[in-house]
This record gives sequence, C-alpha cells and structure tokens, in this order.
Amino acid sequence: MIHTDIIIIGAGPVGLFTVFEAGLLKLKCHLVDSLGGPGGQLTEIYPKKPIYDIPGYPSILAGELVDNLMKQIAPFKPGFTLGERAEKLEKIDEKLYKLTTSKGTEICAPVIAIAGGLGCFEPRKPPIDNIDIYEDKGVDYIIKDPEKYRGKKVLVAGGGDSALDWSIILADIADEVALVHRRTSFRGALDSVEKVMELAHAGKINLITNAQAVGLNGNGVLKEIIIEEDGKEKYSYAVDHFIPLFGLAPKLGPIGEWGLEIKDNAIVVDTLDYSTNIPGIYAIGDINTYPGKLKLILCGFHEGTLMVQSAFKYIYPDQKLSFKYTTVAGVNGFE
Amino acid sequence: MEDNIINVTVVDREGNEHQLLAPTDMAMNMMEVCKSYELPVEGICGGMALCASCHMYVLSDHDLSEPSEDEENMLDQAFFVKSNSRLGCQIKISEGIDGLKVQLAPVGGE
Repeated sequence: MIHTDIIIIGAGPVGLFTVFEAGLLKLKCHLVDSLGGPGGQLTEIYPKKPIYDIPGYPSILAGELVDNLMKQIAPFKPGFTLGERAEKLEKIDEKLYKLTTSKGTEICAPVIAIAGGLGCFEPRKPPIDNIDIYEDKGVDYIIKDPEKYRGKKVLVAGGGDSALDWSIILADIADEVALVHRRTSFRGALDSVEKVMELAHAGKINLITNAQAVGLNGNGVLKEIIIEEDGKEKYSYAVDHFIPLFGLAPKLGPIGEWGLEIKDNAIVVDTLDYSTNIPGIYAIGDINTYPGKLKLILCGFHEGTLMVQSAFKYIYPDQKLSFKYTTVAGVNGFE
Repeated sequence: MEDNIINVTVVDREGNEHQLLAPTDMAMNMMEVCKSYELPVEGICGGMALCASCHMYVLSDHDLSEPSEDEENMLDQAFFVKSNSRLGCQIKISEGIDGLKVQLAPVGGE
C-alpha cells in the first residue's frame, strides 16, 4: 500500500504542476494515470503542436511543456502509478481515502485531487454488432504481450501509426496478419507505411484496403470476421483475433460513480478552493466546472495552486501556513 | 442577410433541424458554431483536427475547400464515414457557405 499526502488522479500538465505547489508546502504527492506516461492530452493528442498561451512562453511545443513540468517537479520526488486507471475510491478513516486502480494497486491519502482532464483515454470501439461479446474472447483493443499472438491468425483494423506498427511487429510472430483499412492510403509515419507495403509485397501481411470489418462470428470465441470491400460482396475471413486500433477517446469513467456532483461530464467545484461536494476531494483543470470556467492549462495551474493551500489546512488544521515566495525561500526539494 | 451573419442548418442525431446564425468575421468554424448553440458536438481536441468528434455530413451543394491531409487522416478515426463526411472544425464560416446544411454524424463505438 502506498501512502502519501495527496493522490493526484491524472498526470497531465495540471496534475504535474500541482506536485510543485504542494511540494512548496511540504506535501507529498502520488499521481495515477491510465496512460503509460505523463502529459495527458498534451502527450497523447498533440505533443508536436505549439501552445501560445502558457505565461512566459510565446510559443512552446506541448511535449516540451510536459518535459519542463517533469523537471520542475523533480525536486519533490512524486510517485507515479501509470498505465492503471483509478477505479475504486473508499473512505477508510475519518481523514483517509484509499484509491484502488484497475490493476489492484492501492494508494492511501487524506486528500484526493482529481486532475482528470477530459476523462480517461479508452480505445474507441468500432460500431460492430456483438463486438462486446467477443471482448477478451478474440477481440483485443490493446496489445500487452505480442507473444499472445504467436502462431495465430490476426486481423488488425485501422489506418494510423498504431495499426501499422502492430502489423509490422505481428508479421514476424503471428501465423497470418491481415490489415484492413477504409482507404487505400495510410496516415502513419512514412517509414512505417513503407515497411507495411514491403511486408505486403513479400506476402507477410495481407493488406485489405477500401474495406471495413462489419461483423463478427464465432461460437463463444471469435472465429471469423465479415469484411466488406467497397462495391463488392461481403465475405468472411477466418481469424483467431481481431485488433481494432481506432485511437483513443476520453471517458469520465469510474470518477462518475464516486458520488461527486457532475454537470456536463465535469465535476462541480467551489471556486474558493476547488473543493467538491465531498470533503478532502478536489477537482482541478478541465475536469471541473464552475460559472465562468475556461478549459485552459493556465487556469488549471491557478486552480491547483489555490487547491493545495486548502489541502494543507484540511490535513493539518492546527498548523499555521506561512506564505512564502519562491524568490525568498527557494525551492527546498524533498530528501 | 445581415452584414457578416450567415444562416446554416444543422440536423441533429434525432433528425431535428436547427437554424443557426453564424458570424463571418470571427474566424469561427462549424464545430464552434454548433457548440455555441449547445448542440451535442464534443469538439474534444478544440478544433485541431485531432479527434474526429465533430464529424458531420454535408447535405447541401456548397463548394467547400478540399479536406487537408490532417482532416482525411482524422476521418479515418471516425465511424460511419460517407462520401460527404467532413470535420466541422475544418469548415470555416464564410459568406460562401450561407445556407449550408449539415447533419451530425452518429458518434458510434464506445
């Protein structure tokens, strides 16, 4: 069990910067994020896009902002649980919460700061009838261990980097790899596209373009996929696995079930300190809502800063809080 | 037509038609106009052609500029794509699209 002062759900820019402000008050933080690395939407959606409204930076690439934030918070040694979704929140004592993740990791703290952004990024599921009955019975949205597909017949669907990269990797592992895409051209990195074409010419990937997977058949486990090519009859294709790779979309997820006041997929907060309707739980960044809310990173930075002041008073009601400028006190990292 | 305001029609996912007014002098796009009228267009990426949540079908005959490579790439991530599919965030509000009629595409998938 991990113990900390503040559990920050979401390791995007706002969650990250909150570690700094908390550290100035000597509060330790542990971050949880379902993505495999820090940065949230910045890393996941637009790492190479310049952002123009971060104070002090006329222009900064989203990915660079994340790198800078990681450097800025390093002195405060935050803990990270990445690639795991925050699932269950329980109150285990008067001022103590226990968060359990999708992989069973348990973290305890008196304060929870939800910096979940737009929600948890989850794989987009293609609208194929019955796809949910074959999930984990042939249909996989995420590949954890490519060895699972050794000697099997696999069909990958999608047109981006993910679909290309996995087709290339599985070409050497699976018995048969087919790649189905709606268009004839792919949108991934040039060398990935070239490699896939090479493997297709060499007969190691069966490239099916201008086509879509439209149905699934099986008897408890997936046996075949129905493919529809533009202007042609549908046909069935025998497979052991269907791997649809259509990107990720954010969902509120379990956060929506913790008894928080939710409005338009966002958590209602008090602008005094960004606290929610549950004592000890705060919401900062894009995930919260209040009259006049703007979903800007810089607004989230401000919200995190005010929130940690309130968190300190909640955790240590008998201690005095001394407000110090970093120019006066410096940054005293944790040992 | 009032100066700088055009009319557009948006059919929602239940088939209801909404008549919207859009300004041509605020560098807006169809996704933003829909959101300003609180129509159910998520616009997750804020208009960067990085999410396809503003997927809409163009029902009228207007001559829209060809989709960029980024837009084509993103339509790959969308479901129920048809030949008249476009990303709302890439349709700029201008005099030339006065009378545009679009239909919000189904979101599909989870």
